[in-house]
Formats: sequence, C-alpha cells, structure tokens
Amino acid sequence: MRIWPIYKKELRLYFTSPVAWIILTIFLAIAGLFFYAIFGNFTRVSMQVAMNPMGARDLNVTDAVLRPLFANLSVILLLVMPLVTMRLFAEERRSGTIELLLTYPVRDGAVLIGKYLAALTLYGTMIAATLAYPAIIVLIARANVEWGPLLTGYVGLLLMGGMFLAVGLFASSLTENQIVAAVVTFGILLIFWIIGWTAEFATGTLGAVLTHLSILEHNDTFAKGVLDTKDIIYYLNFTALALFLTLRSLESRRWNG
Amino acid sequence: MIEVQNLTKRYGSFTAIRDVTFSVAPGEIVGFLGPNGAGKSTTMRILSCFMPASGGTAKVAGYDVFSESLEVRRRIGYLPESVPLYADMRVAPYLDFVAEVKGVPRSARKRRIAEVMDRCLIADVQNRLIRNLSKGYRQRVGLAQAIVSDPHVLILDEPTIGLDPRQIAEIRSLIKSLAGEHTVILSTHILPEVSMVCTGVVIINKGAIVAQGPIDRLVEQFFPTARVEVEIVGPRPAVLDGVRGIPGVVRVEDAAPDGDGPARFVVESARGRDVRGEIFQLAAQQKWNLLELRQVGMTLEEVFIRIVAGEESEAGGGSTEVEA
Repeated sequence: MRIWPIYKKELRLYFTSPVAWIILTIFLAIAGLFFYAIFGNFTRVSMQVAMNPMGARDLNVTDAVLRPLFANLSVILLLVMPLVTMRLFAEERRSGTIELLLTYPVRDGAVLIGKYLAALTLYGTMIAATLAYPAIIVLIARANVEWGPLLTGYVGLLLMGGMFLAVGLFASSLTENQIVAAVVTFGILLIFWIIGWTAEFATGTLGAVLTHLSILEHNDTFAKGVLDTKDIIYYLNFTALALFLTLRSLESRRWNG
Repeated sequence: MIEVQNLTKRYGSFTAIRDVTFSVAPGEIVGFLGPNGAGKSTTMRILSCFMPASGGTAKVAGYDVFSESLEVRRRIGYLPESVPLYADMRVAPYLDFVAEVKGVPRSARKRRIAEVMDRCLIADVQNRLIRNLSKGYRQRVGLAQAIVSDPHVLILDEPTIGLDPRQIAEIRSLIKSLAGEHTVILSTHILPEVSMVCTGVVIINKGAIVAQGPIDRLVEQFFPTARVEVEIVGPRPAVLDGVRGIPGVVRVEDAAPDGDGPARFVVESARGRDVRGEIFQLAAQQKWNLLELRQVGMTLEEVFIRIVAGEESEAGGGSTEVEA
C-alpha cells in the first residue's frame, strides 16, 4: 500500500495553494469571534454572581464556555468542511490528473486513504489551533478548566470532523465540479444534522431511528465529558460507510463497460 | 510485449474501437497512426488500465490489463494526450512523487530523477511551478514522469504535440534512444514522425485496424513499383513511346498531357529495377535535353492517405467522428 506518497502529495497541494491557508484563517477568525463572545459573556455573568454564592454554584467553565463553544465549532465545521474535501477528487478529474494517478501502480484504496489522511491532517491543524482558547482561559483568565470534558470534547470534534471529511470525499468522487462536490457534501451533512427534528412528529421505532441518525443528537455528549460508545460507533460507522462508498465510486470506473 | 486481441470499446451506442488486434514485440517502437477520432486514445487508455474494454483482451508484459491491472501498471509509463500534471507543484517534487508512487527505491530516487531531468532537458526548470511552464516544457515533464521508473513499456499519446521543431527533434531522438530496452507504442498523426522514429506501424481508422507491419513492407505492399520523375525537352509522343520501350517499365504516366513545353512524366518500374540510367541513355542518343531525373521515394504518408481515403469512399463518407 503506497499511502505515504499520496498523503505527502495532497498535503503539499493543500499548503502550496492558498486553499489550506484560507480555510485555516477563516475558520479561526470565526471560531475566535465565537470564543470572544461566549467567554466575554461568561466573565460578565461571573462578575454579577460573584456577590451571590448560591448563584455561582452552578456556574462553571465547562458548561458555560466549552459546551457552547464546541456546539458553535461544529456548526462552523458544517460550513467549512465541505470546502476542505471538495478539491480532492473533483480537481483530479477536471484537470485529468486522475488518468495518470489511477494508472500508477497504487491501489484505489491507498489513494483514498492517502487523501483522507491528508484532509484529516489539515482538519487536525484547524482544531489544534483552537486549543488556544482553553489555554487563554487557564493562562490569562486564570480560571479552572476541567480537563476530562475538554479532552472528550476534542475527541468528539475529531470523530465528527472525520465523518464530515469522509462524506466530502465521497461527494468529491462523484463529480468533476468542486462546487457541486461542496454543495452535495453540505446538503448531506445538513440533512443528517436536522433529521432529528422530524423525529418529533414520528412515533415509536421510526422516531428513535430518526433521532439516532441525527448528527446533532450525538455531538453534545462529548462536550459534557461523556464518552458514549453509541456516539463513537455512530461516527465511525458513518465514516466507514462514506469511505466504502467512495472506494466503490472510484472502482466503478474500472468495471467492465 | 503488448498483445491485443479483438479489443472492442463501446460508449453507449457508439463503438469507438471494434475488434482491434495487434501485437508489439519487445524492444520495438510502434507508431499508432490514424485520423482524429479513429480510436487511438481509446486503445491507449485501455492499454494503460485507465478504462476497461467492452470486449476482447489486452496483455501488457504478459499480464491482462483488466484482471492483473496492478502488475501491468508496475511495468508501464503512460503519457496521456492532454498531459495532465499537478499545476501547483514544482517540477522536481512532482517527479519525486511519481517516482515514489511507482516504487523507485528511496536510495536510487534522487539520482534517477536527476538523470531523467537531464534526458528530458528539464533540469533548468526543476524549481518552477508546473503551472508557469510553457507547453513544450510541460510535455517534457510529462514524458519524464512516464520514464522515471524505467518501465518496460511506454505508452505515449501524441508525445511531440505542441513542441517547437528543435524540441520535436530532441524528443524524437530521446524516444529513439529508448528502443531496445523499452517497448514503445506512440500515437501520432504526424506521418513523418512515424517513419523517423518507429520500426513498425499500426494504422487505425474509424475504430478498426486497416494495416500493420514494418513500415517498408507496408510501403512495398501498397506501392509495388518504384517511381522516377522525369522531365525531357523533346517531341512528346516520341519521348513517351521511347521511355515505354525501356525493359522493366511498367507504366508511364504523363504529368501534364495537354501542356506545351517539356514533357513531364512519372515512370513506374518493377521494384528493385532502376531505370534512370536507361532513360538518360535514351535521351542522350536522341539528343533530347534531360532537365530532371529524380527517384520518388514512396512514403508512409501516401500509404496512409491511400488507405484512409479508400476506406472513406467505401463507407460513402458518412461517418461520425468522436474524439475519445
């Protein structure tokens, strides 16, 4: 499996073209604004309840800052992640480089995994940069952060992002138009984001299934500090399915026609 | 090295190639010749394992392109017609990527890439972005990526298109130098290129093979006679009759039957029989002025035109052209 050269090439292409830098900048700018607003609000409320020990009892960084921050980050990701992956196969198809790539002695699976890991690395960089926020809370604001929920929150972000990337990779493998790839990715993700809302009108098993399918349903538990296998398996399943479909979509070109 | 049997490819209801059969021996350079839309690129895409065939089999280096695709891909270097390269990469890192993907061992990679860049005359642009390169340089980078792993078989789709004459000559001599240790199949519609570079030729038209073999044998097959172009000042009927009387002359074709002035005509004789001496002797005896006496070499170009034009008139000219 020659995953490594594909991975290196994709990372190089991310960072020699402006794509990665722009995505990083925009993502961090928006995330920073959210953090500023949430944390500013938290400090204001803290001042107000400082006189009242009863009110301060329920106020903590995890619930008042990190959970809303993670929730907001996942909404930003919903919008940004399709842009991370849209290029990966669509651009190769449009420019024709896929003709060379797929005639090199490398399995389709290795191409897929190489590209996926490169996207995951870019995503890892994006969320690693957001570690600056808890660092600010601890070092500058000198507040206490609960490390457990922080860690699980990031595990949740990683799992969710990994799933977003897999869906994006699949959409990108279907078309040679990057915009189509991005829109399809966003569409799929948004549908699964809000599918739980329809569950309110469904009853019994159907309602339970719809709720379970919802991305929204699964991402808050991590920020609360809970690692629930149900949620972990949901994301891993979704990721595996999307990657499998991508592989099929790549291989379909080799089927006898 | 390359064996193609009854290869057929259909795009929906359109048949791009049908029942294509040919073979290329190891070390040969074969020109794949045909008008636009004849099915050259389709055949090459199947040989390079990019596309499956609808029917028939193709083997490269003994491996089937469909069922043993990975083995085939380890042994080929492919240059598609559009020369698709990563525009945002620099030349040397790009070649490094290709070499690594193709399994050139780490220890040999650096030296091999330097060697290939020298051979393809791209060493001076190795640190430039591919997007900023001229068409000629891109073409040569494309060729470099095809040969970087020193593959047994090279599949080159129009390798000299878009180059200036000097570069064309350089690339041709490069391809020629690859013969022997490599088997090369290259498509082109520049006929002189085939005569200059290739040992054999496969002519394809409208998706079917119409002729194949060594170039000189094809020429012989289609033009069994040797030709001499003659221009003599003298009484036209007497000149023509005199030349017709020379033994070995098969046919004399008057180039300008109604014209005044010197008689211009083409003399066809049995191949291997040179009648130029006798024509000169005849003119000298009769005291005619001999203005021109020139052997006409029959070229592949004429073979090609004859074959393709013949097909065209048989088919009534009504054909669909699809560039695949």
